[in-house]
Amino acid sequence: MISSRHTTKIRPDEIIFRAGTGVFAVLIIGVVAAIAFELYRQSKLSIYHFGWQFWQTDSWDPVAGEFGARPFIWGTLYSSILALIISTPIALGIAIFISELAPGRLRLPLVFLTELLAAIPSIVYGVWGIFVLVPFVRQLEVNTPEWLKVLPVFKGPPLGVGMLSAAIVLSIMVIPFTSSIAREVLKAVPQAQREAAYALGATRWEAIRMALFYARTGIIGAVMLGLGRALGETMAVTMVIGNTPQIAASLYAPQYTMAAVIANEFSEAAQELYLHALVEIGLVLFIITLVINMMSRGLIWSLGRQKNPRRARRILSTPAPESA
Amino acid sequence: MKRDLLRKIVSHAIVFLCAAAVLLALIPLALVLFYVVSQGLSSLNWAFFTHMPTPVGEPGGGMANAIVGSLIVTGLGAVLAIPIGLMAGIYASEYRGSRLAAAVRFAADTLNGVPSIVVGVFAFGIAVVPFQRFSAIAGGVALGIMMLPLVTRTTEELLLLVPPSLREGALALGATRARAVFTVVVPAALPGILTGILLALARVAGETAPLLFTAFNNRYFTTDLRQPMATLTVQVYYYANSAYPDWQRQAWAGALVLVAMVLTCSVLARFATARMERMQRGA
Repeated sequence: MISSRHTTKIRPDEIIFRAGTGVFAVLIIGVVAAIAFELYRQSKLSIYHFGWQFWQTDSWDPVAGEFGARPFIWGTLYSSILALIISTPIALGIAIFISELAPGRLRLPLVFLTELLAAIPSIVYGVWGIFVLVPFVRQLEVNTPEWLKVLPVFKGPPLGVGMLSAAIVLSIMVIPFTSSIAREVLKAVPQAQREAAYALGATRWEAIRMALFYARTGIIGAVMLGLGRALGETMAVTMVIGNTPQIAASLYAPQYTMAAVIANEFSEAAQELYLHALVEIGLVLFIITLVINMMSRGLIWSLGRQKNPRRARRILSTPAPESA
Repeated sequence: MKRDLLRKIVSHAIVFLCAAAVLLALIPLALVLFYVVSQGLSSLNWAFFTHMPTPVGEPGGGMANAIVGSLIVTGLGAVLAIPIGLMAGIYASEYRGSRLAAAVRFAADTLNGVPSIVVGVFAFGIAVVPFQRFSAIAGGVALGIMMLPLVTRTTEELLLLVPPSLREGALALGATRARAVFTVVVPAALPGILTGILLALARVAGETAPLLFTAFNNRYFTTDLRQPMATLTVQVYYYANSAYPDWQRQAWAGALVLVAMVLTCSVLARFATARMERMQRGA
């Protein structure tokens, strides 16, 4: 590589090239900064008018001038965590199966199918959710045994739309994300680790457990990246969660999420304060996903760095057309 | 002895559970595809592509305006995102060790993680508020921002895969850096980059949330970029939430068109990648 130290002078065309492409590089950083700035600017009114009270109030009634965003935080966190509980074991199972167990011929088709699950647009999951999943969940709720209904999570009328439907749709959508990153993370585990385990007489599962332990930070990172996806998911959730701002423990209760309230009410928000309140919800959603993504990328990166920095970058890259 | 047996049983059980997890994930995929195809096919006809929406209660009609709208808005996004993403990707791979390259990588990954609805709010702020109207341009801005990190990272990753000997050969022949990059390195990676762009287009064309309050919706056919414009995804959203069976059927048809588009792009990309891998192995 040519370094400027050894050349007597830098060629002018080099400067033009570097500046010419560098401008676009800076532009991308500028977009991220502009998003943060614009969200703040458009929500100032609400931030200064309500302060912290905004996030501690339970009632959301824009017509009456009541703006309390706590139900949305609750709905977003509750649905995402439920989705994580459902999706994590399945996603890890898929990752282990594809990277450790599946015969070579099966590997590529399975990767393709899981990627297809990620490629289906959110709105399609929403349509399917409304017309297929919600009626199914309603049947499930109608047939809840009486002794289960004593528990607060199973209380309430069987509507179909609600937290349970949202969590199921979300987990379907998160599975491919978590599993593809966990798969890449497992691929970064040196083969010698597994061979050593086998040499010591480990069973298959014990060898896999070694690999999982070796890759634990990356696995946690993969799960958190899935969480980031779930928190921001909009359309499919909006269509099945019931859009009712309330804090309820029940899986059957219709609730609301941060992304859903923006999607539903943004184009109707006529007063300025109303609009700013919605943008403030967007700003907080932006900050939460930003922090979660940064943390998870840090975890995955720290794992890959030990042996092979190139590898770490490849795992982190956006889904590029690469094979198993 | 007994302990070993137990270990073996546990091991087999876990292997079984992992295979079961794969099947469990394939069930929703199969269900979604089955319902979209069966419900969609029965409502899909030629009129869906060529006719305009009809008022409530009047049967027939199609989504001609929304399909054209989707193409226009996605195209606008591509026109915005592809040049910027390509150049930024070239910078990130050419000056890979530099601090700015690391910052670009970080910014692109961050942008990729921003929820699409938040991108919509941002596009509303910069492209709708100043002009006081929803417009196709605002929708294009939103989709362009969604595409930007995908194009940047794909370009960078694929340029890094080009063998250094190619670049060194060009430089040794006296080519300037710009010349080596644009005539040797980028062309070598171009098939891969185009595949990546195709996948990015497919992903962005299926987005709904960023369009809800940027391109908004329009009952009429328009190609005026300063007007609100109907798109396939937003139309499907409104129809699916409506109470009219006719509209709901059309929502299924729209979903089928979207899935067919995504599937076609994925298969094409899969073939292209397989071909490239064969070429690389052969070389």
